[in-house]
Amino acid sequence: MKPAAFLYHAPRTLEAALTLLAEVAPQDGRILAGGQSLVPAMAFRLARPTHLVDINGVAGLDRLAIDGNVLSVGATVRHAAFHKADPAFGVLGALLADVVHNIAHYPIRTRGTMCGSLAHADPASEWCLTAITLGAEMVAKTAKGARRIPAADYFQGIMSTALEPDELLAEVRLPLLANGTKHGFYEFNRRAGDFAIGMALVTYRVENGKIADAHVGIGGIEGSPRRVPEAEAALNGQAPGKVAFEAAGKATAAVVDPIEDTQTPASYRRDLAATVVSRALERAAA
Amino acid sequence: MTDTVAITLNINGEDHRVSVEPRRTLADTIRDDCGKTGTHIGCEHGVCGSCTIILDGEPVRSCLMFAVQADGRKLRTVEGLAKGNQLHPIQQAFIDNHGLQCGFCTPGFLMLATSVLEKEPDIADADLLDALSSNLCRCTGYQNIIKAVRQAAIEMRGAGK
Amino acid sequence: MTDHFAGAKTYPVPPTTEQRTILGKRATRLEDPPLVSGRGRYAGDINFPRQLHMRMVRSSMANGTIKSVNVAEALKVPGVVAIWTHEDIKELGPVDFRADRGAEILKPYRQPVLAKGRARYVGDPIAAVFAEDPYVAEDAADLVEVEMEELPVVIDSWATPGEFEPGRSTEGALLKHSFGDIEAAFKKAHTIVELDLFTGRHSGVPMETRGALGYYDATKDILELHGAAKVPHRNRETLVKMLGRAPKGLHVHESHVGGGFGIRGELYPEDVLVLVAAMRLGRPIKWIEDRREHLMCANQGREQRHKCRIAADENGRVLGIDDEIFHDQGAYVRTHGANVANRTLCMMTGGYDIPAYRGIAHYRLTNKTPCATYRAPGRYESTFVRERLMDALADKMGLDRIELRRRNLITKAQMPYLIEFEEQGVEELLYDSGDYELLLDKGLKAFRWKEREAECAARRAKGEAVGIGIAFFVEESGRGPSDGAKMSVDVNGDVELITGGASLGQGFETSMAQIAAEALGVDYQKITVVHGQTDRIAQGIGAHAARATVLTGGAVNETALKLRAKALEFGAELLQLPVGDLDIVDGVIVKKGAPPGGPSLSLGDLAKKLAPGAKLLNGRDPHLAVEAWFNTDHTVFPYGIHFAQVRVDRQTGQTVCENFLIAYDIGRAVNPMMVEGQLVGGCVQGLGGALYEEFAYSESGEPLAVTFVDYLLPTMREAPQIDVMITEDAPSPMNPLGIKGAGEGGINGVGGAIASAIDDALGKAGAVVQLPVTPQRMKAMLA
Repeated sequence: MKPAAFLYHAPRTLEAALTLLAEVAPQDGRILAGGQSLVPAMAFRLARPTHLVDINGVAGLDRLAIDGNVLSVGATVRHAAFHKADPAFGVLGALLADVVHNIAHYPIRTRGTMCGSLAHADPASEWCLTAITLGAEMVAKTAKGARRIPAADYFQGIMSTALEPDELLAEVRLPLLANGTKHGFYEFNRRAGDFAIGMALVTYRVENGKIADAHVGIGGIEGSPRRVPEAEAALNGQAPGKVAFEAAGKATAAVVDPIEDTQTPASYRRDLAATVVSRALERAAA
Repeated sequence: MTDTVAITLNINGEDHRVSVEPRRTLADTIRDDCGKTGTHIGCEHGVCGSCTIILDGEPVRSCLMFAVQADGRKLRTVEGLAKGNQLHPIQQAFIDNHGLQCGFCTPGFLMLATSVLEKEPDIADADLLDALSSNLCRCTGYQNIIKAVRQAAIEMRGAGK
Repeated sequence: MTDHFAGAKTYPVPPTTEQRTILGKRATRLEDPPLVSGRGRYAGDINFPRQLHMRMVRSSMANGTIKSVNVAEALKVPGVVAIWTHEDIKELGPVDFRADRGAEILKPYRQPVLAKGRARYVGDPIAAVFAEDPYVAEDAADLVEVEMEELPVVIDSWATPGEFEPGRSTEGALLKHSFGDIEAAFKKAHTIVELDLFTGRHSGVPMETRGALGYYDATKDILELHGAAKVPHRNRETLVKMLGRAPKGLHVHESHVGGGFGIRGELYPEDVLVLVAAMRLGRPIKWIEDRREHLMCANQGREQRHKCRIAADENGRVLGIDDEIFHDQGAYVRTHGANVANRTLCMMTGGYDIPAYRGIAHYRLTNKTPCATYRAPGRYESTFVRERLMDALADKMGLDRIELRRRNLITKAQMPYLIEFEEQGVEELLYDSGDYELLLDKGLKAFRWKEREAECAARRAKGEAVGIGIAFFVEESGRGPSDGAKMSVDVNGDVELITGGASLGQGFETSMAQIAAEALGVDYQKITVVHGQTDRIAQGIGAHAARATVLTGGAVNETALKLRAKALEFGAELLQLPVGDLDIVDGVIVKKGAPPGGPSLSLGDLAKKLAPGAKLLNGRDPHLAVEAWFNTDHTVFPYGIHFAQVRVDRQTGQTVCENFLIAYDIGRAVNPMMVEGQLVGGCVQGLGGALYEEFAYSESGEPLAVTFVDYLLPTMREAPQIDVMITEDAPSPMNPLGIKGAGEGGINGVGGAIASAIDDALGKAGAVVQLPVTPQRMKAMLA
């Protein structure tokens, strides 16, 4: 389990990194950020990039700051940056702190990055679910320029995204949440720290005792995480509580198209979808 | 075989100048090029945690980094815990509480626990459990490991005051 | 005692811990200081100058004919020295059995060192690459082209047998153990319960993968194997035979071992290859298994199907157990022959007094990783089966689960209890001692069974699925026949104890030192324990089947007593006091009861006076050194009870173990701290097999758990609170220290107890029929 050979580049500036990426991308050159998914894949030789462009030393990519009404997370910001909820990030900070403890394990979180997870796009990635549920925007950069990709257009199936090989996911922009926004996350896996078999992230506001602006996202259930409009419809305008939460769960189970594997039939994940959605909602209400 | 790169790893305060292929993992380099075999390799895919070291104050899996990435940085391994013959409180706690059997996972647990307790001396028990569940042990059933780390936490807090 | 012990040597009840100085105490381990300091020396830490690294090319097909192996491209990689296939080592026979009765008929199923024209599981070694660097070796291995033609696979041991090779069935053997009239038992039964049970495939999975280094010392013409474990002496015997070398020309060296659990240290193809290559290539060879290889090539175990039934009379007295077993051996028969299937068969009736039993095992080859012993081999399985039957029977008869067990336990008055099988050559079991009901009473109290029953019922009434369960088991340990030890004191008073035992991380050095220290009268920390070195002692039993403490411990005790006698004999002469007046305290011979400052002689000083040529010797052997042996014909049988409390999440199907108690009678504990460590560690492994770990295979034989992401070892968060209650109510009369083994008592009953607790949680007796109880299976069960 020793990685295959590659050429290593450690640019110091974003410009240099993008120029290098443009050069090596056609030869299966890849970005190396936290390396917590790429390096294991290389150890199994499932990934054999010929070049690695290590962006860990690139100035400015570790930026984590509020830009107006979004939280901007640079490409080398580690998961661990969210361990403790930063009061400056408001409700979003609390949500991220809640989610981050479910991502793998502590020493993985000291290296792995949010942008790396989004670029890798594992169906069971907590950050992918977060991005889609909150409606994040991905900032992809090449030597020629930059573009912004809404989360809804970004995920394209299991480990597949809208990113082009020469694009660096330089930043993800997460919308801040209004004060008072309820949020809840629930993940089910066999062991703590494992990839989710199914999970849900929900946010909503309460207006006049009724749920408003419900966001219900599921991950691990289908090839990509997604929002579930049917569940959201089942919530909006209803009083928060067991009845509405279970209805949202049921609505989710009714519409999902679950992935299957040898040990987990689609029916299992379908049931699970209902469970994780209603439990995430219960947590949000708690 | 690709060209090698000359790098310097500072391990436990001592510089090691070595020449490595870019693909060489930090774990292999620490062990085979720098001779610090106390850091163990148990899975090479970042799950077991036997290779955990402290890199610039943070616990990391040394099998999931390339040595070239650690060029010029400060590493701590199990060999650097004791001061001469004086064991570090975490080492003594593992002995006192029978926190090890075969000893293979032990260096990883020691480094993980040390960095967590140094960063957060008053860590809540639930967070400690969360952190320690990062590493695998196949002998002890973990009960004595958590006991040992709790004992060390008390002693390290005392020493820090 | 009845005459079952006739002819066997028995011993009086040994002293209790309170009457001892160091034996039986919670002493910290001698092993620990280097291990917590990064000064261990595991296989991967050993290097020889100019060593080559070996990398295996393995089959990616579960069953297929090897058409060609093209190594041309691979050989071009700079740094590659040689690549071998079966053709290159065709004079080598397959990896041999260590020992097993009935193994003769299984010989055709042994594994070749490199696949011979056919590969039979994914991972089967086909070629070996030798290169200057492990990275380069892997590069080259990737370039070896293996062309194969697919053959039909056999995946389930209960499916119609296929052909292992033309004219040879995949049913290697049909094994049988029985006693009593089973047909009559079922004919007269009041109640019969039938179950169809499955134990999943899992294994030891130590944190250190396998590793082997071959080194040829041309000066002495000695071939050395480093990185050995478990049974160095036995493996040396096998290697000597396989390689056709004189015993003096082959030695096996154990260093630190990162966990054994039965699977590490058996002889595997790679061990043989590093030796052959070291000689032939003239350079040391290092092989370190990677984790993926480990999960598809190292011994696995446990996978069995049991079509079983139990018969009882109207009072709930069990009349008979009848079991048809389908044992999945995997692709080849490895070093144990049919041992695991046989242990399953012989231990099936456990701690119950059952008049009739019939066990039949179809010992079958499949196209999966080969199987062998994993901690409590055959017993984890048979306890699961037996205790499932007991639970189901209790339910059907409307009897309390505990009461049913109580009515059937072998009583103290029946000890020693003999189980004789009708089949020719099948070894009898002689349970040496035990008070099973006493342990049951103590265990129920310690677990707060009654209170917990009520607590669980209350929680269930509120909608939770929570329940408690029990499994009673008998273990075996310390099988003979004999082990020896050598012991000497140097002029500094330091003691060297050389054993043929093996250390797999279980605290072997400490326990041997404690036994020796107690017998001799020295500080245990003054004792250096040597193990696993075939060039230091000619014979050794190793560490398997919880033998080390009992058998090697017995030998160490004999040896230390002999050394003590020698020291006192000379001490008496030098101090001019009768031997009976002397004692050895902290390494100094003193007059019993004398105040400090009285006549004394340190063992170090005595050693100086016993140098060769010393007058004092007067014709007797020089040095303060002796050698002694311990022989036993009989196994000892510790026993225990596992109690579990679980909670089932009906929505996700997840089972969480909330609490666990291990009640275990060890006879006499050498070091209770280490016994608890063994039991708790074993328990979490058992929990892995009950709830998490499984080597699953696809229909085409592709292994699905070859990473630590797929093979789910419990982490700290999956490990429940585990309490341990060690009792010493039944010391073994078969050895002078009264000790029984501890290695397997933590794992034996876990599958049974967890299943029992899940049934209780769901209110459905006999619900659990398959281990591990995964969330997916639970959901299917609840559907």
